[in-house]
Amino acid sequence: METNLKEIVLNNSDDIVRMWLEEIEKNRKHDYTSTISDELFESTNREFVNVIFSSLEKKGLTNDIEGFAERLINLGWPLSYLTDGMQAFRRVTINYILSQSTKVDTDYFSEILSKVDEWVDPIINQLVNEYSGSWENIVSLQKVALQELSAPLIPVMENITVMPLIGTIDTERAKQIMENLLDGVIKHHSEVVLIDITGVPVVDTMVAHHIIQAAEAVRLIGSTCILVGIRPEIAQTIVNLGIDLSKFPTKSSLRKGFESALEITNRQIVELEGQHKDIEELIDSLDGE
Amino acid sequence: MDFQSCVNIKKEWDIVGARQLGRDISKKIGFGTVDQARIATAISELARNIYLYAGTGKVCFETIENLNEKGLRIIAIDEGPGIRDVTQVMEDGFSTSGGLGAGLPGVKRLMDEFDVISRQGEGTEVNVVKWLR
Ligand SMILES: Nc1ncnc2c1ncn2[C@@H]1O[C@H](COP(=O)(O)OP(=O)(O)O)[C@@H](O)[C@H]1O
Ligand SMILES: [Mg+2]
Repeated sequence: METNLKEIVLNNSDDIVRMWLEEIEKNRKHDYTSTISDELFESTNREFVNVIFSSLEKKGLTNDIEGFAERLINLGWPLSYLTDGMQAFRRVTINYILSQSTKVDTDYFSEILSKVDEWVDPIINQLVNEYSGSWENIVSLQKVALQELSAPLIPVMENITVMPLIGTIDTERAKQIMENLLDGVIKHHSEVVLIDITGVPVVDTMVAHHIIQAAEAVRLIGSTCILVGIRPEIAQTIVNLGIDLSKFPTKSSLRKGFESALEITNRQIVELEGQHKDIEELIDSLDGE
Repeated sequence: MDFQSCVNIKKEWDIVGARQLGRDISKKIGFGTVDQARIATAISELARNIYLYAGTGKVCFETIENLNEKGLRIIAIDEGPGIRDVTQVMEDGFSTSGGLGAGLPGVKRLMDEFDVISRQGEGTEVNVVKWLR
């Protein structure tokens, strides 16, 4: 019986493939593949159905499936193309076997169903696994990329370092801020660190708590932490929350913070007068024309 | 009481989702930048308390539109352990988690109306309103 069913399918693969292609073509109108060129769609369908049949013949999973799925993942085809295709194969095959059988009783019918499931399900499982494996891979890569972005430390000049924070701060990131800050201060011998929160959308008590702790830790290793980029609305909410930042130097802008940092490190910005004059003269002479 | 939508709080990033929805709604109502920041911060506090102390719960939003006033109601509900002494948690600096303890009293100052109902072992409901001025 078992070999019979498989033989029916393999011996009539041409018919089944034709019916399957029709079914796939029929589903195409209203879906994602409508933007794909006809040739590519047809050749992919052919390849897909060959992969299915080669897996049938070889009684199990093959590297073909893996390679095929990998190519489609790279081309950005949705998983639903493959699962829809497999469901179509299931329907077509069952219908075909039934149409070839003279007498159909319940036993025979359930035999057909379970046999076809046995062919189709492992392929679906493998395809889904290939796809989800690639998604997990992407997610973990993006996580690493985000972590690298999450608390950068920039040594702008000797003894002065800036940490610009952009985006939401969650517990994970708060930990990284603290670690990077302390590592960086020691590594760059920073006397002053400017934490810029211009890009932080919400400063709630959790974020404030972490910033206060970070600033305190920086103070304990002998450096000064200046909080800059406090937008007016954030200043208001901090006051409403009743958070006391008076122990920490704060400045409204990075520029003002940087000026204090220069002061603390006994430096100042000196404008080169000579050059200034030259430019003024230049502008004056241009005006004259 | 016109329109209500909720955000389930299950993981830390749901706090951000609640905040974003709250910000969108308050923008639509017409709140200015400062009030939007106050509202987002209040949502952040309430949602984080659910995440930290109750594990799961939800934050719901309701636009209030009467004849002569407009506002936003936020309700944070959980079925967590509840709060033993509500007067105590409303004191600045009280925290059972080593936090700043400024969350609930802070929310009260950020918003115009504030109400906590909590029963030990049954859960907590914090109900706050911000009026558009
Ligand atoms: N939803 C809640 N369920 C149970 N306990 C809560 C809840 N919200 C707040 N609490 C309790 O109230 C205390 C004060 O909360 P809060 O003012 O937000 O400060 P913090 O979160 O910094 O401790 C918490 O430490 C906690 O014990
Ligand atoms: Mg809190």
